[in-house]
Amino acid sequence: MTDSTTGPTLADLAHEVRSKNAGPFWVTMEVFLRDAEGYRMVADESFLNERTVARLYRVEESTVQIFRIPSLNVVKISFPRRLSQGSLRDRDMHAGQHHVPLARLRVAPQRGGADRGDR
Amino acid sequence: MRNMDNEPVTSVRVLTPSGMLGAGWDHATVERGIALGADVISIDGGSTDSGPYYLGSATPKTTAKAVARDLRSLLTAAAEAGIPVIVGSCGTSGTDSGVDWVAGIAAEVMAEEGLDLPVARIYSEQNAAELKEHLNAGRIHPLPPLGELRAETLESCTHIVGAMGHEPIVEALRAGAQVVFAGRATDTAVAAAYPLMQGMPAGPTWHAAKIVECGGQCTTDPRAGGVLATIDAGGFTIEPLDPTVSCTPISVAAHMLYETANPFEMREPDGTLDVRDARYTAVDDRIVRVEGSRFHVADQYTVKLEGARITGYETLSFSAIRDPLILADIDAWAELMRTIITQRVEQTLGLLPDEYAFDLRLYGHNAVLDELEPESGPPREVGVMLLVNAPDQATATAVAKVANPLLLHLPTPGMDYLPSLAFASSPAEVERGAAYEFVLNHVVDCDSPTSLFRMEMGEDR
Repeated sequence: MTDSTTGPTLADLAHEVRSKNAGPFWVTMEVFLRDAEGYRMVADESFLNERTVARLYRVEESTVQIFRIPSLNVVKISFPRRLSQGSLRDRDMHAGQHHVPLARLRVAPQRGGADRGDR
Repeated sequence: MRNMDNEPVTSVRVLTPSGMLGAGWDHATVERGIALGADVISIDGGSTDSGPYYLGSATPKTTAKAVARDLRSLLTAAAEAGIPVIVGSCGTSGTDSGVDWVAGIAAEVMAEEGLDLPVARIYSEQNAAELKEHLNAGRIHPLPPLGELRAETLESCTHIVGAMGHEPIVEALRAGAQVVFAGRATDTAVAAAYPLMQGMPAGPTWHAAKIVECGGQCTTDPRAGGVLATIDAGGFTIEPLDPTVSCTPISVAAHMLYETANPFEMREPDGTLDVRDARYTAVDDRIVRVEGSRFHVADQYTVKLEGARITGYETLSFSAIRDPLILADIDAWAELMRTIITQRVEQTLGLLPDEYAFDLRLYGHNAVLDELEPESGPPREVGVMLLVNAPDQATATAVAKVANPLLLHLPTPGMDYLPSLAFASSPAEVERGAAYEFVLNHVVDCDSPTSLFRMEMGEDR
């Protein structure tokens, strides 16, 4: 888990970060990284793993699934919705705004400092 | 019809004009697909995507005029080309009334257009009593994250549908239907049925069906209409129907991720699509070829169930705050609101907290993400939504009316005067009627792919 306040966010590194319901009981999110370098940072298991996601979304770590797809520079995350779709306390019917906590996660600045200032 | 003879078929072209019947498209894109040699038109009529209300109440999300307009585009084109039209998940949730609704609209369109195409309807609604027999026989199994099914849950549903595979649709086509209106079907079965009937391989067919199910979503401009998939023995190619739009290897591969928990595997009633080894290559700057998709036939044929039940009746109230003095202490204000609503409801209506429920949402502050909201700091303005759920409508509205003076005048704990807040409408309360929730995420083991479904030929039921 990063505590960095200076590194780039996933949104900075990505072309798109999105979330969506996958049936009434699951939510799924994708981070489409701009390039292989961004992918390498975000796909790094020591940075983004099941525990990170569980903490961010207050779900059981064991229910979190992460798929790393280097051919597309995509990291995909799925977990069961905490509130089933359309129930009284569900405030996001299509779970389409739930990517935001993930998107604003910051990766730690790289060792050696400002070698990634080309964005 | 074209392609209904016995000549060996080497490829099948599937035209999908859009992700949903009723969403609309430029008719020229359908004409272009026909000119490119489309063998079948397939389109989804719905899904669970928009929430439990549509299944629970058997109400379509789309409006009849939009469905009629889209059917006119498809039926006239298909009649001229002599190709079949397959519509799945009719009426949004695929209830029996949804099938009849779409078929009824189609009958009017055909009468107006002087068409007389043979129609089949396939019903997918299930009754709880028959499902209980399956349950008692140990033939119903949960899918994560739900647990074992209880008979009471089946009985509590207002509507239950089973998601058919391609087989009932194939049966309808073989029986002579040129137009098939199916109840709930897997999103992919609609597009897969005709190519599978023509002997195309399962891996490329199911993969192509997944890629086309949302129409133009797999292209560089999802708003520009549908796609044409050509399936053959070695794979499939896909191209947009709008000549100004492109499919790229990335846009096509990325669509496999959309709305699916697992990007590599997708379970269908008769097996599992496996795209781990799929290769996406550009044929030119707007057409993509996909090879290497596989399909593993399952040991057990299963049909997935969807069911929704009433959770209660809801009344909604909406006010708003702009005063920075209140906004500076908005969380304490909301907490005070919750406490006082609970007290006043008990005092005036004699209802304890477990006899009704409410959700107080602060739009502009943290309504969407609630406790997951990572930002803090005072908002500029906040919309306050009170959503009340109670066993009957009158009670829900009574609770909202008890809360009305509070939504108008509640101060923060630190204020010594009564502010007046900004109601959005008069009356402030809106009765929402029955509220629903999905309760099934289970599969039934079936001996036959068609045993849970009923087909009828002809326009009249």
